[in-house]
Amino acid sequence: MRGLLRGLVMIGALLMMAAFAQNKVVMGVSIPAADHGWTAGIVYWANQTKGELEKKYPGIQVIVKTAKDAAEQANQIQDLVTVNKINTLVILPYESAPLTKPVAAAKAKGVFVTVVDRGLTDPGAQDAYVAGDNPGLGRVSAEYVAKQLGGKGNIVVLRGIPTVIDNQRYDAFMEVMKKYPNIKVLDQKYANWNRDDGFKVMQDFLTRFKQIDAVWAQDDDIAVGVLRAMDEAKRTDIKFVLGGAGMKEMIKKVMDGDKLITADVTYPPRMIQDAMMLTAEARVTGKPMKTPTIIPSVLVTKENAKDYYFPDSPF
Amino acid sequence: MLQPEKPVAEKPRARLNLLGWGPLMGLILLCIAATLLNPSFLSLDNLFNVLTRTAFTGIIAVGMTFVIISGGIDLSVGSMAALIAGTMILAMNALEPRLGGGTLTVLVGMLLAVGLGALFGLLHGLTITKGRIEPFIVTLGTLGIFRAFLTYLSQGGAITLEQSLSDHYSPVYYGAFLGVPVPIWVFLAVALLGGLVLNRTRFGRYVQAIGSNEQVARYAAIKVDNIKILTYVILGVCVAVATILYVPRLGSATPSTGLLWELETIAAVIIGGTSLRGGSGRITGTVIGAILLSTIGNVLNLTSIISVYLNAAVQGIVIIIVAFLQRGRR
Repeated sequence: MRGLLRGLVMIGALLMMAAFAQNKVVMGVSIPAADHGWTAGIVYWANQTKGELEKKYPGIQVIVKTAKDAAEQANQIQDLVTVNKINTLVILPYESAPLTKPVAAAKAKGVFVTVVDRGLTDPGAQDAYVAGDNPGLGRVSAEYVAKQLGGKGNIVVLRGIPTVIDNQRYDAFMEVMKKYPNIKVLDQKYANWNRDDGFKVMQDFLTRFKQIDAVWAQDDDIAVGVLRAMDEAKRTDIKFVLGGAGMKEMIKKVMDGDKLITADVTYPPRMIQDAMMLTAEARVTGKPMKTPTIIPSVLVTKENAKDYYFPDSPF
Repeated sequence: MLQPEKPVAEKPRARLNLLGWGPLMGLILLCIAATLLNPSFLSLDNLFNVLTRTAFTGIIAVGMTFVIISGGIDLSVGSMAALIAGTMILAMNALEPRLGGGTLTVLVGMLLAVGLGALFGLLHGLTITKGRIEPFIVTLGTLGIFRAFLTYLSQGGAITLEQSLSDHYSPVYYGAFLGVPVPIWVFLAVALLGGLVLNRTRFGRYVQAIGSNEQVARYAAIKVDNIKILTYVILGVCVAVATILYVPRLGSATPSTGLLWELETIAAVIIGGTSLRGGSGRITGTVIGAILLSTIGNVLNLTSIISVYLNAAVQGIVIIIVAFLQRGRR
């Protein structure tokens, strides 16, 4: 798939060479600041892709801006439109609702808008939508857990922050679990997608439940805390811990055949790259862009882990 | 500080003593409720878990008690802990090839942490006293600065301690002395020392005097600025000690390290009966307040009778009830 994409990009590049000069693309990329691992990955891949795009399409201008909250991001969009005179916007909104109007205003001025990951409340404000697959992450995780347990056992679930993203993942996971009446979800608690809360919540789960077969931590940062808590309590009943997102440390563990981290499910920050590539291609060639483009959440096991290991990325 | 007239003092004082037990009563009630909900709450392992967790915010809260009694505030402690943790890990990783992955490197890291904590505290103190800026604003500023620098150092990801160092360092958090985890001993020592300094030394009395009435303290020839600066340095060192215990737990620092610790520590101090306006307060109260706060989270994790969506509400209600139990102290 990626090879095909690269191929298309190359063709696009050639076509663009011909059409160069009359179609100058100025692309604004507006993303959240690197305030945790996953957004750090977004910032890394956005900057990485900026370089690649500018090499592939001479004449294209890519401006990457990071924002620390929704209000700052809204201001940035205004600045990008009025000061930088962008005609293309790739945006990963901090929050959906407060950014819908500012993005709609940019679109009304003729800017081509690609929204990434978090959809706007009014889909009319976007030209294209590229997103990760949150229900897919829950589904793939549940299927893996069920298969590894042979359809039978006790599991605990650590959730993220109460948000739509978390609900989609959790609901899809539980939906699959309905098919396995012998798998018992002992309890589910929020661990806020961070290591310290993962540690605390897992400690308390360990105190409370004497027999746990598997842990669905949903996120790799949470999984780091979970592993520490298990280590400290010296519990050996837990067969494996499944995180999610594809943090490089965890992918490395999968690659090295770790006993507890046997797999991971991706929710790749690299989706910003796909979004920027596809958008640039559509803008340069003038061809319509496929929308929505869903970046699937895939299961990473020892066999394919090396394809998902990016040691230079901060995430 | 000031002696009120006798007849007026009689009644409120009896009441005051009783009310001073508010936080402890709250904690005991919470523990009883927790045990009824899930008997494993009272297991030694769980109690150690809770106290070990409390150690971070508890130790910082002891330092915070001094600052708040003297009439100041520090909002930056969580960010400060995160930055100290990050810097400390980076320094130890860098020193590893030279000093080896052993105890020496870890000791140097700890010294650096304490040095940084004292330095940050000194900077706060100087800016607040000599620069005459409200402590709320100064520390609100550094709250952002410290965390931004950590995020910059980690590029938004995690700063992770080398494995060999992590192995040598982990007993500081995971180890036990006489069967009790090390962080609990450190917490106890810091609390005892804090209580001693606050109640049995001249410095402690000066701190309370400044908090009651700064102008009068000045007339009494107390070097107000120096005392104030020292309270921030003490707090900085407390943050460093907490960080030294925190780093071996996960062996990493991330931008979410120490998030909201400032609120937790300030809440612990106030729940413990220290007036937010300064003047008076007790270390024992602070310690109980800190334990109470982390117990609430623990109890909620040990049961599922309350929807996870309502966790924060339960915390809020318990905090307000405890504050109610010890009302009228001002």
